[in-house]
Amino acid sequence: MNGDPAHTTPAQAPARVPARRKRRLREPQSALTIRFTVNGETVERTVEVRKTLADFLREDLGLTGTHLGCEHGVCGACTGLLNGEPVRSCLLFAVQAAGAGIETVESLAPGEGLHPVQAAFREHHGLQCGFCTPGFLMSAVALLRDHTVPTDEQILETLGGHLCRCTGYQGIVEAVRAAARTWQR
Amino acid sequence: MPTRWFGERIPRNEDPRLLTGRGMYVDDVRRPGTLHAAFYRSPHAHARILRIATDQAKALPGVVAVVTAQDLPERIRGPLPKLIPHPALVHHKTQVALAGEVVRHVGEPIALVVAESRYIAEDALELIDVEFEVLPAAVDLEAAAKPGAPRVHADMADNIAAHHIQRAGNVEEAFAKAPHVFRERFTMDRGSSSPIETRGVVAEWDPRSHQLTVWDSTQAPIRIRNYLSDLLGLPQANVRVIAPDIGGGFGPKIMMCYPEEISIPWAAMMLERPVKWIEDRREHFVATNHERLQIHDAEIAVDTDGRILGVRTTYLHDCGAYCAYGLTVPIVSGTTLPGPYKIPNYHAEYRAVFANKTQTSPYRGAGRPHGVFVMERLMDRVARELGIDRAEVRRRNFIQPHEFPYDLGGLIYQDGVRLVYDSGNYPEVFRKTMDHIGYADWAAQKARYRREGRRVGLGFAFYVEGTGIGPYEGCRITVEPSGKVYVATSVGTQGQGHYTSFAQIVADALGTDVRDVIVTTGDSGAFGWGTGTFASRAAVVAGNAVALAAGAVRQKTLQVAATLLEARGDDLELAEGKVFVRGVPGRAVMLGQVAAAANPLRGVIPQEWEGPGLEATRYFAPPSGAFAAGCHAALVEVDTETGLIRFLRYVVVHDCGPVINPMILEGQVRGGVAQGIGNAFYEKLVYDEQGQLLTQTFMDYLLPTVAEVPPVEVDHVETPSPLNPLGIKGAGEAGVIPVPALVASALDDALSEEGVRITEMPLSPSRLREILREAQTAPTPA
Ligand code: FES
Ligand code: FES
Repeated sequence: MNGDPAHTTPAQAPARVPARRKRRLREPQSALTIRFTVNGETVERTVEVRKTLADFLREDLGLTGTHLGCEHGVCGACTGLLNGEPVRSCLLFAVQAAGAGIETVESLAPGEGLHPVQAAFREHHGLQCGFCTPGFLMSAVALLRDHTVPTDEQILETLGGHLCRCTGYQGIVEAVRAAARTWQR
Repeated sequence: MPTRWFGERIPRNEDPRLLTGRGMYVDDVRRPGTLHAAFYRSPHAHARILRIATDQAKALPGVVAVVTAQDLPERIRGPLPKLIPHPALVHHKTQVALAGEVVRHVGEPIALVVAESRYIAEDALELIDVEFEVLPAAVDLEAAAKPGAPRVHADMADNIAAHHIQRAGNVEEAFAKAPHVFRERFTMDRGSSSPIETRGVVAEWDPRSHQLTVWDSTQAPIRIRNYLSDLLGLPQANVRVIAPDIGGGFGPKIMMCYPEEISIPWAAMMLERPVKWIEDRREHFVATNHERLQIHDAEIAVDTDGRILGVRTTYLHDCGAYCAYGLTVPIVSGTTLPGPYKIPNYHAEYRAVFANKTQTSPYRGAGRPHGVFVMERLMDRVARELGIDRAEVRRRNFIQPHEFPYDLGGLIYQDGVRLVYDSGNYPEVFRKTMDHIGYADWAAQKARYRREGRRVGLGFAFYVEGTGIGPYEGCRITVEPSGKVYVATSVGTQGQGHYTSFAQIVADALGTDVRDVIVTTGDSGAFGWGTGTFASRAAVVAGNAVALAAGAVRQKTLQVAATLLEARGDDLELAEGKVFVRGVPGRAVMLGQVAAAANPLRGVIPQEWEGPGLEATRYFAPPSGAFAAGCHAALVEVDTETGLIRFLRYVVVHDCGPVINPMILEGQVRGGVAQGIGNAFYEKLVYDEQGQLLTQTFMDYLLPTVAEVPPVEVDHVETPSPLNPLGIKGAGEAGVIPVPALVASALDDALSEEGVRITEMPLSPSRLREILREAQTAPTPA
């Protein structure tokens, strides 16, 4: 949950007896007011500079579709789009997104119904628990926006940056292949 | 609309919610005024706590409370509950909510900080000062089992938690007389189930109504409710535990209780504000249970035709620092090992050993991968030593279809019941698998690969899996006047598709559309009785409770509709959300109308209705587990330079009786295979000699990605179980169980020229290269 990359949890602290040397407390927390668009709407908020984009989306904006699986940039569950490019929102501070356009999973099918990529995930059983799913969806959407006819290598390379512990990936791969065909871009 | 939903490959009811970001996982629970918790955890594997200073942490603005063991009330200060006692488990040691005197593994919680944000809570952790006296740690399993090893628990003479023997027949005599005996040592190391969602707890206390509500990422919400009620001194009716959407479980999300599952609800009560704790990934690595480390010494006695005369295994099971869960894993290993083979004489003996490492408890497979690894490795060994084809040696030993129910000679399974396989057709499962993978002409194929300079091996492994054990699950079904059907059961769901598979069972019984069946799982407020989701039991045990309740609601519907339609119940049919007179579709009432009529405003309710409404609650309590079986086969290519492996094909033939939804089943199998591949080749938790866990991120502990997991071809054989009305058997663990055995057999085959014999799991590219080097320098084995 902590956005400071230098932060160590006690479990990882060097073993030292007696206890660890205390760090100096941070300077008074500073905050910035930033403006960006999130899912098409302009948002202006004052946010602590150390808050990650993921925590900001989830806590401040209530967009809980963005999930956190590792908070160290490996699992991809937190993937959103920043100016159309997939980013790991756990590795960015919210303030770094100032001025940008952000898209999260909530933007894909605003009303009832599903986006073609979402529909393909359902059709091909590309999800089980659904926790990794928003990240996969956002990366797949970005890929398919850029490539109407993606190659299998491109699909596998994109999906290779995400972890899913439930599906064994096959349904996800099939879903993205199918979505490339069904999504009328 | 299909005439029958059972067996249909239909998309899942829960998907739209999950796909649009509208799931409700524990971390998505937002309650006004929520405080956030973080834990100070032990940096040492074994140490005495001399002093804890929390003043500075408490003084940090935004910190609301810092709690250590001495602040906890008496009733939750001591060891937490023992889950499954066993006569052999002499030292049933359990963890505490917060350690106050001694820590026994890295990651054990010592202090709880509650603050206005998680950021502040973590800042405060930095200000907590704990002075330790570091004690020698028992880390290595074999060393920890020896007399004189550092003791994990000071009140014990050694680290042996349990010593347990199970026997069938007379193994000594069998071995004494046997023409051939082969011995081997097998090791399977520690792994982590690593669901992508870590654990989490949100608790809210309403001081006016004395109501505690807890959202918990548990696989067993009812049991957590019961323990919380007991530990916190509240009536069960005043505690509601909700397991909302769970981002994967795989076993370790069932503990009853993890320390955090008690300290967070208690903190919410004490502070009278909601408290949220979400485990981070590093915490998950040290604070959520592990599994898999066992060392087996095993031997097999066979006659000259390769028929098994006896099997003996003596093994060490690694408990970690405590063994709250009990002996499930080593018992399951010992009772899974015989598998599909007739073994007249059998001896399984283990010692469960404490060590200064994270606790272990069942992880998908739960001891079964070990049993299968040992047995299938022994069978391959027999084939090689006696020069019999490895498929043939298995065929000679299979239990035959007419031999069911098959009694394993007095072994006791994990549910405490004598081990008897209910049904199965192992030769058929095996035949299908061998056909799919093309075993018949494998020798020629392999030679072709070899000529191309490629090292490809064919591996396979067979397993029998105990599923669907008791004691029971229940279900309540209610038809509302809208015509929608509400189903409540308490088993939690972690992605297995219960919102759909249970709905399929109900839709058939009531003649409705599956989308009109709304299933609630894992909420003690919706259904208060149950055990939990483990041991591949949800579909079997809860599924049959659902079927029984649906049958009862159907009967009631016919009774009430008969009055409305002035017809005999026998002449009525249910379809398309209506009840109608057979052959006269015009004489019909909507299901919702029947529901309304069953709950009249005035008048009388006939005695035989047994109450108002179209509603019924039923329980299912199986007499014993239903035994599924399956065989996996694969072609694996080895790059001897890099040590990397690649699956060219992967085939699964599985028999879990009738299949409710093949799409869901295949998903379970494929996901299991992926986890099994991790267990076999990528995932290993590494401790150093001091008991520090060196693999604490997804950069060091490697989960398979899409690049490592091949497409899996799945086929079925259906042998119904006689033990439940639907005839079904569980499937949740099937995918993972035989994978390590399969990979080992494929590598042996691919590297047969070097005489490689794989006896350990997991491997890695570097370990495989090492094994190759060892094989090349070693004298040819006698
Ligand atoms: S949570 Fe951001 S990559 Fe895992
Ligand atoms: S669906 Fe559960 S992690 Fe991917």
